[in-house]
Amino acid sequence: MPEKPWGAAGEGGVKAEARLGEILLVFTSLGMASFGGGLPGWMHREVVVRRGWMTDEAFLAGVALGQVLPGPNSINLALYIGQQLRGLPGAGMAFLGILGPPFLFILGLALAYRWGAGLTGLAVVLGGVAAAGLANSLAVAWRSGSRMRGLWPWIVVVAVFLAVGVLRWPMIPVVLVVVPISIALAWWAGRADG
Amino acid sequence: MAERLLALLLVFAPLSLVSLGGGPSIFAEMQRQAVEVHGWITPREFVDLFAISRAAPGPGSLISALIGWQAAGFWGAVAAAIGLYGPSSCVLLVVGGWWRRRGDSPVRRVIERGLAPVAVGLILAGVLTLLQADGAGWLEFATLGLCTLALLRGASPYLVMLVVALVYAALQHAALLPG
Repeated sequence: MPEKPWGAAGEGGVKAEARLGEILLVFTSLGMASFGGGLPGWMHREVVVRRGWMTDEAFLAGVALGQVLPGPNSINLALYIGQQLRGLPGAGMAFLGILGPPFLFILGLALAYRWGAGLTGLAVVLGGVAAAGLANSLAVAWRSGSRMRGLWPWIVVVAVFLAVGVLRWPMIPVVLVVVPISIALAWWAGRADG
Repeated sequence: MAERLLALLLVFAPLSLVSLGGGPSIFAEMQRQAVEVHGWITPREFVDLFAISRAAPGPGSLISALIGWQAAGFWGAVAAAIGLYGPSSCVLLVVGGWWRRRGDSPVRRVIERGLAPVAVGLILAGVLTLLQADGAGWLEFATLGLCTLALLRGASPYLVMLVVALVYAALQHAALLPG
């Protein structure tokens, strides 16, 4: 059995008992911070690094699941985390938290737009903030990547990045092909470890 | 009014299940339904709403809430959001519930170890895609690089974003940025 990252995991990669109110609070602040595309990074920081609610691997499984299933990735990941922590009520809290603030914000923005306020200046600033948000994603990729053992995970990382990011192949078929291979490699590596 | 709320639900609920990877895959059909089929908004309004949804936080598919808002006010926005996020959320919860019942089995651990590098690859691909979609120039790449370094050294992301927002606002005020 390989050693467990992030300390000892409890059942199903869930480590600490999270209260429902706490889940709502955490995801509301995440929802307010969700400029651009860095949300997996934000969630990883709050849920795995700071609160230790979940293992790194359970979190990343949620990232992959949320991307493959229909629906926005960030909302899927929030639902997954809430559900793994506290079942349906946990998922409900995470959903309200992650979607509520941007929902109200965007209606406010539409109101401002209707009243004739200029959006271009705001868009420039928000564009910069979005780039900063992406830094969160890079940071989580770096942290998770540095925790992977062996060469095979890196080959998988590069293959997926090239296929989906650079070559712009459709994600679903790529994932459907790569995931079984990657799981087989993980199984094989686990046996080789002892 | 009730009819219009129902219509919003019925337009967005099927789109929910084909919204793979979030918004971009369904924008075209949203536009067709909202503009051509139902006439809730004009083509020009759709472009503006799209710009607003790009600038705002949250998933790009929140443009559905804006369409609902234009069509039927606040409850229209709620109906559109429920339609667009309800069905896909149910699918995720069914799969997630099954996953949760696996507990800490060895099978699950192997699957998680196999999924981890795929997720990292997808995250990196997502960063590249978003940078290209935003037409990022040297300033965005420099921002991204500096912020990543700061975060890896333990800086608070809230502080990082605040600093970036202030710097961009200052640059724009000094007319060094377009906009």
